[in-house]
Amino acid sequence: MEKTLQALVDECRDTRGNIVSLLRRVEDHFGFIPEDAVYWLSRALDIPASRFFGVATFYSQFHLKPRGRHTIRICRGTACHVKGSEKLISRVLMELDIPPDDDTTPDLTFTIEKINCVGACGIAPVAVLDDEIVGNATLHTVLNGIRELKKRS
Amino acid sequence: MSKEVLITVCTGTGGIASGGEDVLAAFREALSSAGITASCRERCRVQRVGCKGFCSQDVLVDVAVNGAITTYRKVRPDMVARIVSEHIVAGMPVAEWVVDGSYHAFHEKQKKVVLSHCGVIDPEEIQSYRAVGGYGAAERAVLSMTPEEIIAVIKRSRLRGRGGGGFPTGLKWELCARHTADTKYVVCNGNESDPGAFMDTSLMEGDPHSVIEGMIICAKAVGSHRGYIYTKAEYALAVKRLNRAIEHCYAAGFLGKGIFGSDFDFDVEVFPAPGAFVCGEATALLRSLEGKRGMPSAKIWRTAEKGLWNKPTVLNNVETFANIPKIIEKGSQWFSRLGTERSGGTKVFSLSGKVRNTGLIEVPIGTTLREIIFDIGGGIEGGKACKGVHIGGPTGGCIPAARFDMEVDYESLAQAGSMMGSGGMVVLDETSCIVDTTRFFVGVIQGESCGKCAPCRIGTKRMLEILERIAGGRAKEGDLELLEELAHSIRETSLCGLGMTAPNPVLSTLRYFRDEYEEHIRRKRCRAAVCKALLTYSVVESACTGCGACKRVCPADAIRGTRKKPHRIDANLCVRCGTCLDACKFNAIMKV
Ligand SMILES: Cc1cc2nc3c(=O)[nH]c(=O)nc-3n(C[C@H](O)[C@H](O)[C@H](O)COP(=O)(O)O)c2cc1C
Ligand code: SF4
Ligand code: FES
Repeated sequence: MEKTLQALVDECRDTRGNIVSLLRRVEDHFGFIPEDAVYWLSRALDIPASRFFGVATFYSQFHLKPRGRHTIRICRGTACHVKGSEKLISRVLMELDIPPDDDTTPDLTFTIEKINCVGACGIAPVAVLDDEIVGNATLHTVLNGIRELKKRS
Repeated sequence: MSKEVLITVCTGTGGIASGGEDVLAAFREALSSAGITASCRERCRVQRVGCKGFCSQDVLVDVAVNGAITTYRKVRPDMVARIVSEHIVAGMPVAEWVVDGSYHAFHEKQKKVVLSHCGVIDPEEIQSYRAVGGYGAAERAVLSMTPEEIIAVIKRSRLRGRGGGGFPTGLKWELCARHTADTKYVVCNGNESDPGAFMDTSLMEGDPHSVIEGMIICAKAVGSHRGYIYTKAEYALAVKRLNRAIEHCYAAGFLGKGIFGSDFDFDVEVFPAPGAFVCGEATALLRSLEGKRGMPSAKIWRTAEKGLWNKPTVLNNVETFANIPKIIEKGSQWFSRLGTERSGGTKVFSLSGKVRNTGLIEVPIGTTLREIIFDIGGGIEGGKACKGVHIGGPTGGCIPAARFDMEVDYESLAQAGSMMGSGGMVVLDETSCIVDTTRFFVGVIQGESCGKCAPCRIGTKRMLEILERIAGGRAKEGDLELLEELAHSIRETSLCGLGMTAPNPVLSTLRYFRDEYEEHIRRKRCRAAVCKALLTYSVVESACTGCGACKRVCPADAIRGTRKKPHRIDANLCVRCGTCLDACKFNAIMKV
């Protein structure tokens, strides 16, 4: 891990990056921001760990816990809300047995994410299964897609 | 005989979702095989274009044969073969798949300035942008205009910031240009805070070069050599296309050292941010760009004086920048005449909700709401009654149908208790509940409050609780007055624009739809049948065939009955999830 982190720091230094861009690279590489990575970076760069945690907890796209291998994104934009995305989200969470106040299945297979408008309001509600966009999503089509992903992995 | 054939397929996010990529591939294949067997000499190009702004009819495909354009709607890959053989080979358009009148009505009242290239050019190729005159304006500005001249043109055009505030752009540039600092920055705000909007993203995806060109012209006007485009990392396609566009610009000499052969340097970089609503606010965005928590700060200094790293900074919205090349190209008079007396040009809106035609639209500022919703939007689906329209994103306000003759402008919207904001328009009909939509918007705002100041952090939470109480049938007399009082103090005491505008959805709906709130509180009734706690589900015995479909799907085991006899719902067990309503094929479940 140390080598990777050093490489990320160097890359960031080359492009005059900052904490946000550094953490983004860490997140991109590991899929989340491991606590150990933060402490290593804090020592290596002589920046208090609290600064890193402060930034990491502020933005919705930074995660301090491991994510599922597949991401199920469901739009909670206005148009999708009007077409019942809230209900869809809670039903999918229920179906996947994700504990309340969490977003990832315990076996780290799936993570459910609420996202902003993806620009496909005409076919709301919209779900994005990894990279595949599902329009006019229903519990049925989303669960089918999830089953497909499971089969593939 | 050689035919010139040009096929354009919508590959914006909506297009891709509906299978745009597959349609594109199908066209490529069908054309190459037809090309061999029919051996007609055609010159075909399959381009990828950005948003065409008629999302409900995706995938839209333009087929131009010798310049005559036919537009097909809802194209699926299996339809491609017939279009190729009948239309392109035999010359007979497939009439049943061609768009109908609503497509033309949708476009007639619009005036495309900013979106003029979206859906026309290939956003991934700089030549495509060059071919429609792209970078001509920047070249002229850099080589033969003085900063004063550029600023004068922008001022005369009466262009105002499209990010919501409506600050005159020319004036902003002038304030920044006046400062004699060695380093200045040009920053493009592509945060697209409103979770229900996508116009800035569409622009960055569909016409990234126009944004960059606008930034180059701004850099020349204020004397800056470094620019950033701040957008969200989750808008992957926008980030990819912007980066590609920037790469092309460096190769062409439009960015970097000595651009356009002059001695002026300008660098641009994309900053994909990890996402937060409040980072759309000017001071928060700049802190975020510096790598810190994106929290707003008190506006002691204008960002034009002390912005990024305390240097003079011009911060403009994506759409604002995209307007600039057009103004330089066609003149300030042309632009100012498009709009009203106080603001020139057009505005892009994202029309969604309960209208027939949803999508991105662009109209001259000063167009009435009636024209937008009924002429362009095609009115309400299913002929239901229109209740109003919510404008400006979560922190915007609701305008009732009775005031639809109002002209859309920064001032008129503010007077009516709403705001231009992001330009999101959500149309509500009689099946939309005012309390529920307000609760949704306040919920979004509450979740996005950065927490720096108490009125916004605590106040929005209390407002949300009251709204939840009303929607849940637990409200008491006096709650509305409390809500109003809270809203006013949040507006007056919050630090940044988010808190100051957070009460808009509450105050505007209380102003126009107070009776609906009162009905929820006093009569425990939701006339739109939306608020779950105030609903009862029951079986219409005359319609029920006793098939048992509802009984099987009910998660609460609340439905009883024997086969082929009308079933019944136990109101005490019912959790009001509505699953039975969706499952019943005979319309035998009723909710009131
Ligand atoms: C909470 C909040 C969110 C905002 N979100 C955005 C946004 O997403 N995009 C944007 O361009 N401006 C946004 N603004 C407005 C910016 O602060 C700023 O006024 C604007 O970017 C200036 O550019 P303009 O003059 O071209 O409009 C937001 C303001 C507030 C208070
Ligand atoms: S008004 Fe809200 S978003 Fe703005 S600084 Fe205060 S707490 Fe943060
Ligand atoms: S609101 Fe969900 S795609 Fe626009």
